[in-house]
Amino acid sequence: MSKESIVTVSIDGKMVSVAAGATLLDACRQAGVDTPTLCYADNLTAANACRVCVVEVEGSRTLVPSCSRSAEDAMVVQTDSERVRHSRKMVLEFLGSGVDLSQADDLAGWIDYYGSEPDRYGPDRAMIKEEVRIQDSLYIRDYDKCVLCYKCVSACGEDAQHSFAIAVAGRGFDARIRTEFDVRLPDSACVYCGNCVAVCPTNALQFKTEFDLRKMGEWKPTEQAVTRTVCSYCGVGCNLEVHVQDDTIVKVTSPDDHDVTSGHLCIKGRFGWSYVQPGQSAAEEGD
Amino acid sequence: MADLHLSEDLASEAEVSAIDSAIAELGLDPAVVQETPRLVRGGNRRRASRRHGLLPALHALQRESGWISPGGLNHISKVLQVPPAEAYGVASFYELFRVDSPPDHDGNVVHVCVDAACQIAGSAKTIASLEAQGVAVHRSPCLGQCERPVAQFIQGRQRPDSVEADGVENGSIDGVLWDLPQKHDPSLKLLARVGRIDPTSLEAYVGSGGYRALARAFTLGASKVVEEVLSSGLAGRGGAAFPTGIKWQAVAAESGQKYVVANADESEPGTFKDRTLMENDPFALVEALTIAGFATGATKGWIYVRGEYPLAVQRLQNAIDAARDAGFVGQGIARSSIEFDIEIRRGAGAYICGEETALFNSLEGFRGEPRQKPPFPTTHGLFARPTAINNPETLLNVLSIVLDGGEAYAASGTEGSSGTKLFCLSGNVVRPGIYEVEFGPTLGEVLELAGGVVGNLRAILLGGAAGSFVGPDMLDLPLTMEATRDAGLSLGSGVIMAFNDEVDLGAVVTRIAEFFRNESCGQCVPCRVGSLRQHELLESSLSSSRGEEPLGIVSGSAPALLLEEMDRVMKDASICGLGHTASTAVRSAIELGLMRSSR
Repeated sequence: MSKESIVTVSIDGKMVSVAAGATLLDACRQAGVDTPTLCYADNLTAANACRVCVVEVEGSRTLVPSCSRSAEDAMVVQTDSERVRHSRKMVLEFLGSGVDLSQADDLAGWIDYYGSEPDRYGPDRAMIKEEVRIQDSLYIRDYDKCVLCYKCVSACGEDAQHSFAIAVAGRGFDARIRTEFDVRLPDSACVYCGNCVAVCPTNALQFKTEFDLRKMGEWKPTEQAVTRTVCSYCGVGCNLEVHVQDDTIVKVTSPDDHDVTSGHLCIKGRFGWSYVQPGQSAAEEGD
Repeated sequence: MADLHLSEDLASEAEVSAIDSAIAELGLDPAVVQETPRLVRGGNRRRASRRHGLLPALHALQRESGWISPGGLNHISKVLQVPPAEAYGVASFYELFRVDSPPDHDGNVVHVCVDAACQIAGSAKTIASLEAQGVAVHRSPCLGQCERPVAQFIQGRQRPDSVEADGVENGSIDGVLWDLPQKHDPSLKLLARVGRIDPTSLEAYVGSGGYRALARAFTLGASKVVEEVLSSGLAGRGGAAFPTGIKWQAVAAESGQKYVVANADESEPGTFKDRTLMENDPFALVEALTIAGFATGATKGWIYVRGEYPLAVQRLQNAIDAARDAGFVGQGIARSSIEFDIEIRRGAGAYICGEETALFNSLEGFRGEPRQKPPFPTTHGLFARPTAINNPETLLNVLSIVLDGGEAYAASGTEGSSGTKLFCLSGNVVRPGIYEVEFGPTLGEVLELAGGVVGNLRAILLGGAAGSFVGPDMLDLPLTMEATRDAGLSLGSGVIMAFNDEVDLGAVVTRIAEFFRNESCGQCVPCRVGSLRQHELLESSLSSSRGEEPLGIVSGSAPALLLEEMDRVMKDASICGLGHTASTAVRSAIELGLMRSSR
């Protein structure tokens, strides 16, 4: 690599060199600095919406989102200054004050770390209250948990599936993920690839199998075995991670860093496992 | 057809015809459905060829049917090859489009302004009396008619939109010339023609010195025009005060397709200057934008006008058409080899679209959500091409800069603020209206131009809803960019709204908080939730419970400290200026002691 294609930045006083075009988040990772993210995913275009990954860059009036700001040579970055801690605390607090983060496993530790207090806005505060949408036997949508990170929209759209079945509709706190006129998923352009489910960070989108097991108090992720295999449907070679609990497949994912899938699958790989366990799968239970 | 998934809802014949003619007006063939499936990709964000027709098509459907019907949306989606979920996401973003079936399909919708100037002039009474007559009323954010409250914007069903405001009949193009408070002042520059010449006549425009600046620009050459703008010290008049010459220079240095855009989405509460200019001197904006295009090497200009300014749209379109007929717009303008054309786009009710990158998204047919900067518009603007974007007031200054030279312009005003500035005076002043002053006079002196304050002055909102309240002790503040900056204030868009001691300022400030809550696009968390919690906190602190005196908010109290915490994250971590400034007025009001109780 030529010298010009390397930039060196200071992260909390530690000098790190990254390839030109790398983000500040990449630089933070290289410096060994753990950074909370929500709307960012390695396999999606950065949405730059949640602002939980903000850092302080010397000379910048405002904080900058590390996920989508390119590292520039000689940048001086603080990731744990009072300003950064305050903004991260407040972003997590704001989110927790409006939606249900109880299944956002990756956030719990950060909420604790930054001391966010979502309840201090009082019991009368506006929160998102919507019925769980159960419109088929493959996945459910529980928008009380939606943080509007845009990941499902990107995965449904140009980052993976190109179905464009969902988009953000409305404005401000009333903005929601919607099909056109909120038509039922089976009536929309949805092809049930489940890539939206795979990228959802708060479990607002869940496999129906997981939803049913949770309802019964039977969801036990720690007791699940995850087996990596190759999808048997066609010749593309998508790798699958089959999650099994009590000898039953409960969901299927694909590794984000897999060359073929980048974590994305089609309906067959994602939901078409019923032939493995005839008579058991949620897909056969019907709606 | 490609793989668009549309429901079975069909558009009515009238809807099809309305949508198709709106699309045909843009020079797009509504019958052409491109065969390539790639075009379907709504995510193909940079595809400029058809998707920019979305806003005009939605306007046509709304006017025809009174709402965005599923059948109509299907037709738009098919013709423009936009996925219906995305088209719905765009339609539902805007105040002027409704996506649920209206109870009364036959009627117009009356949008009544409830922001500060109209609020204190009694918009609540207007709404009550309209509703008593059975009129469908929509509580609207500022309509930019603050000098003549209470303002109503009448969104027509199968008829043109119009505006009704105090004592003014301006629904038609034959409307009377606007009566400017300063009309006999010979020193006016930006307002020189306003109310004096027929705004619909190119002949009158040319007769009063119009198109001399364009001729002079051609004589100077593009790079010299940029130099003059640079040396003039002209700074943007929208609030950020960015040097216009630096913007133009950056765009001029880029190659390939470039654009110039007039940001006429004037929506800052209390602001009505660009409307006054566009309605009464539309040719000046057309000429100034043409000079901007020539100077930066852009062959296409766009004017994005807020949807609630029907008269401005009408007069600008008339001006563009007349200028095109006379050879001032189009191929080989003014007998040169220069090509430059202008297209108007109407917004549809969204304050956020005044943010430049949100405006680009809106114009391109996407939701009006701001983009992360960098990259900046000078390299990645409209359709991801280098773009110079300025508001009408800023652009109009260029005419005298080109005619008289940058040095002469820089000599006017003060050291740090050259030229003249339009101030929008409203509220409790004797003669509300637009006032043009050479930078320098104090706040008190500008107020005196408007005849002073009615009653005892309690506070002034300086710079708009995104600005700050100041007290009577600030009347000696020079209204220059440097003096306001040093005082921790901003001139913003030139709003000076006065309030006397009879106004319920708690209610005014709470409404400002509600404004930001309603206008936040929802993209980033700090602004989406912060603006909501701020409004909730003000409402609960200022409303009386069980007949007790409301608590109010005083400086240093628990709610004031919480607001400060919210303000900090909105300022530090929001994507755009809306979030950055959503708390500024509220906090200044608390510091001034305006929120002690709602009286």
